[in-house]
Amino acid sequence: MSVLPMKHMVICAKRQDRKAILEYLQRIGSVEIITHDVDETDAVFSRMDVSQSAQLFTKNAAQADKALEILAAAAPEDGSILSAFEGRTPITLEEYETNAKKRETTMKIVNDILRLDKELTEAKADVPRITTQIEALTPWSALDYPLSFTGTKKTSAFIGTFPEKLTEAEIAERLAGYAPDIEAVDVNIINSEDNLTSVLISCLKSDRNSIDDALRRMNFQRPPVSDMVPAAQVDAYKKERDAAIEKIDSTKEKIASYADKRDDIKFISDYFRMRAAKYEVLGTLEQSKRIFIIEGYVPAENAETLEGNLVGRYELVVDMLDPEPDEDVPVLLKNGPFAAPVEGVIESYSMPGKGELDPTTPVACFYYILFGMMLSDFAYGALMSIATFVLIKKVKNLETSMKKTLTMFFYCGIGTMISGILFGSYFGDAPTVIAKTFFGKTLEIPKLIDPLSQPMKMLVLCFAIGIIHLFAGLIINLYTAIKTKRYVDAVSDSILWMLLVGGLLLFGLTTDMVTGMFALNKISPAAGNVGKIMAVIGAVGIILMDGRESKNWFKRTLKGLYGLYGVTSYLSDLLSYSRLLALGLATSVISSVFNQMGSMVAGTPVVGVIFFILIFLVGHLLNLAINALGAYVHTNRLQYVEFFSKFYSGGGRMFSPFSINTKYYTIRDNADNK
Amino acid sequence: MGIALALLGAASAALFAGIGSAIGVGRAGQAAAGLVTEDPSQFSRALILQLLPGTQGIYGLLIAFIALSNIGLLGGQVDTGMSVGTGLMYLFACLPMAFVGLVSAMQQSKASVASIGLVAKRPDQFGKSMIFPAMVETYAILALLISILAINGIPR
Repeated sequence: MSVLPMKHMVICAKRQDRKAILEYLQRIGSVEIITHDVDETDAVFSRMDVSQSAQLFTKNAAQADKALEILAAAAPEDGSILSAFEGRTPITLEEYETNAKKRETTMKIVNDILRLDKELTEAKADVPRITTQIEALTPWSALDYPLSFTGTKKTSAFIGTFPEKLTEAEIAERLAGYAPDIEAVDVNIINSEDNLTSVLISCLKSDRNSIDDALRRMNFQRPPVSDMVPAAQVDAYKKERDAAIEKIDSTKEKIASYADKRDDIKFISDYFRMRAAKYEVLGTLEQSKRIFIIEGYVPAENAETLEGNLVGRYELVVDMLDPEPDEDVPVLLKNGPFAAPVEGVIESYSMPGKGELDPTTPVACFYYILFGMMLSDFAYGALMSIATFVLIKKVKNLETSMKKTLTMFFYCGIGTMISGILFGSYFGDAPTVIAKTFFGKTLEIPKLIDPLSQPMKMLVLCFAIGIIHLFAGLIINLYTAIKTKRYVDAVSDSILWMLLVGGLLLFGLTTDMVTGMFALNKISPAAGNVGKIMAVIGAVGIILMDGRESKNWFKRTLKGLYGLYGVTSYLSDLLSYSRLLALGLATSVISSVFNQMGSMVAGTPVVGVIFFILIFLVGHLLNLAINALGAYVHTNRLQYVEFFSKFYSGGGRMFSPFSINTKYYTIRDNADNK
Repeated sequence: MGIALALLGAASAALFAGIGSAIGVGRAGQAAAGLVTEDPSQFSRALILQLLPGTQGIYGLLIAFIALSNIGLLGGQVDTGMSVGTGLMYLFACLPMAFVGLVSAMQQSKASVASIGLVAKRPDQFGKSMIFPAMVETYAILALLISILAINGIPR
């Protein structure tokens, strides 16, 4: 129902207890720590430099996370669809202590996994490297000498390639052309391909230089040198490659064998993350030789229990102060089970600023109604409600935020069911279509309004809901102003506008244009006159009051006139509610399209029924997904743009307590809850 | 002739609004894919923002469907003798949805792309990022409304 009042807590305790106290505060997670700017001149209090330890812990947590990632790739975790919604597992304080003692061993495992992963990466890189080497040697496999062979006592040998296809005769001819004075040369082609000829050329040692020279001119290229005979070298490489492949498999197995340690690693990752957070806070504390001071905000409702628990456990002094008016107090909302689910909607807009009410309850009421009207199908609503209900009941350790979201859609589903009944939509017109196609009967579904054939009537209903929504905003604005004793604001920002807009509406209902357009009954002219008077009072009041912060009367009147121009925004706000009709129609028309498509194929026996069911399932699921998304987005829009502009600007800071910022586990401390 | 004009109207509502949405969703999809490469956990948010310009196509389909069903092309009696005047009425009634659908989907996709950029930098601001594209959609909804009212007002 409200924004929780906060207490400014100051704890003064013995220095030796500081870690225990911080751990306790972290576990209960209901204190936001206040940090002050450093006062360098303070002789008594100073701060600890904890950045190194904090960094180490963060590094360890990151390593553990990396190890988990590697482990997940080597041995995937099995989980059901429901597990995607599962939250952190609660463990007891005793389990926490036992696991924390194992941290050295677990970190060893983490490092081992990281080392294995490095080896795995290297082995994986080895395979293509060795393959390339083997490929480079393949042309030489027929050669009986190692590639480094340079000749015998009397002869010189040249091993290499020409970048074109040549025969022995051609090579000999060219050699003779470049080096005419040589005595004898022997050309052996080892391998010949389209643009690569591998050769062994031998000559007398005395001709060595001239042959070398001639070869250079012929673009002769030498292969990478190796001391083994190529065929043997290839075999050696192949063995090496097999070893690498085997190593990949064995390393993967080794990593996978740590799968049973996964929970330990998860814990250690959480453990170090918590310690890092603790050390960061520790670094902001004012500490003297024997004592230290923690300041923080606590929700007032928890203050007394917290104080009792702290005093009972440690030797310390706790002061619960009321925050000063100029303090930047964080905002925490508290609502009943019906409204709390939409707190997320408020949070993603902005938390209430100073002096603003918590808008959650009115937003919740309208949220469920507006969402329901936009989706407006009994079956879709039922599906949504059942699905979210099952998730809430079946999933273990649901996180609070996820539970809130699911509960919100549960209520939205109920809203959708109700409006589905009002507008006679059950999977669109499925009952009628099925009755006609399969049983040859006509079935009329009872409904309040048929949006498709009576769109104007439906539009009037949408505008009516819009007017109620907008006036609710103005009334909340009025209430807030009165509560904070800003009576002038109450009159000029709320009452005058209500008079003006209400008066115009009343007057509008007496004119032919409006009643004719919407097929409404005209109300009595007397009411119209009252409306006229109301509107005039409102308009004059707005002109006089809207620029009230200006002293200059001319300026003030101009500002007032500009303020009066704002009445046009009410028109556009109101028209905006036509999206209720449009989105509602979108749902029902598209479901009718799918139903009709199904009924077209349903003629043939058996096969027709199967096709009908297929089209029905796929079509309606698709329609539900798209339109639920549309309803969600546009409900938010109506709340944020149309509703909030009347009374809410937000700007508060969300309460972010010092708590266990873990990924996998939460710690349940039985003693804390007493 | 009249029925052909009416069909032209129904088809153009589905056609142009559909084209607009296809362009819009495609454009936003590129940005969404970019965001997901950087941060795979943003997939569902990126998907929602990508789908926002897709509604115009649905509205176009809606108008086309209502028009087709009113002129009897969906399983009813086709009025082959429809006057040119009535046919033109259907055509004009469909035009707001056709054109506003086309342009608003394309413009909305620009807002969507920008919002995906916003979510990339500040994932906590998703609630607000959704509103910017939704503002553009208002005009598609207004056009849809006028098209529905106009089609329903055509004397049969």
